[in-house]
Amino acid sequence: MGISVEGANKRFGDFQALDDVSIEVPDGSLTALLGPSGSGKSTLLRAIAGLEDLDSGLVTINGENATGKPAQKRGVGFVFQHYAAFKHMTVYDNVAFGLKIRKWDKAKTSARVHELLELVQLDGLAGRFPSQLSGGQRQRMALARALAVEPKVLLLDEPFGALDAKVRKDLRTWLRNLHEEMHVTTIFVTHDQEEAMDVAGQLVVMNEGRVEQSGTADELYEQPANEFVMSFVGEVNRLGDHFVRPHDMEVVLDADERTQEGLVQRIVTLGFEVRVELVLSDGTEVWAQLTRAELQRLELREGQIAYLRPIQAKSFNGSSPSIPDGASTPLGSRDGGDAGLPAAV
Amino acid sequence: MSANPASRWGLRFLGLGYLTLLLLIPLVMIFYKTFEDGISPPLDAVTSPDGLHALKLSLLMVAISVPLNTIFGVGCALLLVRHKTKLNPVIDAIINLPFAVSPIVIGLSLYLLYGVGGWFSFIGEEGFKILFAVPGMVLASIFVSLPFVVRETVPVLQEIGTDQEQAASTLGANGWQTFWKITLPSIRWGVAYGVVLTTARVLGEFGAVTIVSGSISGQTQTLPLFVEKQYANFNSTGAYGASLVLALLALATLFAMNMLKRKEDA
Repeated sequence: MGISVEGANKRFGDFQALDDVSIEVPDGSLTALLGPSGSGKSTLLRAIAGLEDLDSGLVTINGENATGKPAQKRGVGFVFQHYAAFKHMTVYDNVAFGLKIRKWDKAKTSARVHELLELVQLDGLAGRFPSQLSGGQRQRMALARALAVEPKVLLLDEPFGALDAKVRKDLRTWLRNLHEEMHVTTIFVTHDQEEAMDVAGQLVVMNEGRVEQSGTADELYEQPANEFVMSFVGEVNRLGDHFVRPHDMEVVLDADERTQEGLVQRIVTLGFEVRVELVLSDGTEVWAQLTRAELQRLELREGQIAYLRPIQAKSFNGSSPSIPDGASTPLGSRDGGDAGLPAAV
Repeated sequence: MSANPASRWGLRFLGLGYLTLLLLIPLVMIFYKTFEDGISPPLDAVTSPDGLHALKLSLLMVAISVPLNTIFGVGCALLLVRHKTKLNPVIDAIINLPFAVSPIVIGLSLYLLYGVGGWFSFIGEEGFKILFAVPGMVLASIFVSLPFVVRETVPVLQEIGTDQEQAASTLGANGWQTFWKITLPSIRWGVAYGVVLTTARVLGEFGAVTIVSGSISGQTQTLPLFVEKQYANFNSTGAYGASLVLALLALATLFAMNMLKRKEDA
């Protein structure tokens, strides 16, 4: 059950949009497809909906082979980044569209439309046209329209991408709550790792047409499969072959065999957290995330010399994590200690 | 530039002056000349049997050519915008032909094709008269007015994009339902404008229709041909009267579209 894609390939001219992509989306889950633009995440979503034909590969929706089926027969709800509101129809008619196509009678349609408009908090605006709604309202209308026909799966293509930050955050919470109520298998595409981690239980990270890694937010953050995932799901510093999260950088005033010397270039206070930017002797620019208390205790000033001690680092050349050059003592367990820290954003 | 009142007024004067001199004054002159000797001379000319027949024939041309070119035009625009093929640039160029070719050349080419010795002359020999009859005039009218609906619809189709159509298909609509419920309502003003231009073009067509119709009074004379005949026979009042009818028909079409649009916007 749920959604599965096996061995999906898609080319647009010279551009390989999907390169042998396989994913499994469990029934009733809320999954995010996360990746930079051009990573193939939207193409994958559109292929699941039937809006894009695959060159090869299998799409299965709820145990049924959907490959090659036209979009109108797949029973998916799709929400577009730019709403795709039917501009010449009222909010009511937009939401009723799928029901009218299915020839529901008037009374039943009306009851269902009002039920959905209530769910998306637009019940007073049924007679308005999309041009009279705000962006957030339009997207909620589009969601009600998609949900009206009781789709087997709900697919959202950067649903909040065109909205401003505040509305985005509200809709995020709202979508998560909605999913908890409805339990319809949902995939949503985003390039924003914070949004993906906030909303989705499962994440699939894509890059250059391939799946880099899938798992929960914690798994991706704590055990990234490669450099790309590590730097995409959170902030990262590069020290030679090693990657260190800024909150895994300890700043000290005395050198020892595990530290590296750096010149404090800039100290930026961002509320509770402080961003200390340093440049190392080999010219590498790194930054460490400190708390205000730590900064005050160290009495750091811009222009002074400080020493960096990575608490945990990752290298993707070998398999086991270790610490940067010059270190002699192995670090503590990479899964223990500070596991579960939120991403710096 | 807009801060400088002198140049602003200069531009306005230039624009309005140009329009007045080239468009308004000639039309006003027709109006004036028509009613110079009162209302009855032009009225008599227009309501003469030949005049009424010409009016009916012109309306018949519109009634046949406009729906055909509308259906073809919308279909062609959909093909050009929604189904990209290697042939599209060729189709696009062919559609523009009627703009580029002089109507009289179009008339002559039809004459060559359907006239004695032409490839399609057998149709006339079978008893279905094309030249010097309504079918030939319809062919000429369709030819000259073919590009308008396509040209007005293509940019609107490009602008609305495919999101709404795709949304409709995910909601269960098939291609036909999507076209009637989503695409057509979204492009209706482009199509309507194309229809108005097509109508105006068909009503006013002279060159191509002259050649294929033979301009026989009371038989194959549309209003513009009637105007020309009256003028050639030194009945200028009749010519002005019929011209005025033509102008009024065109204005009525424009007015009808404006009314529809206003109703829609309200």
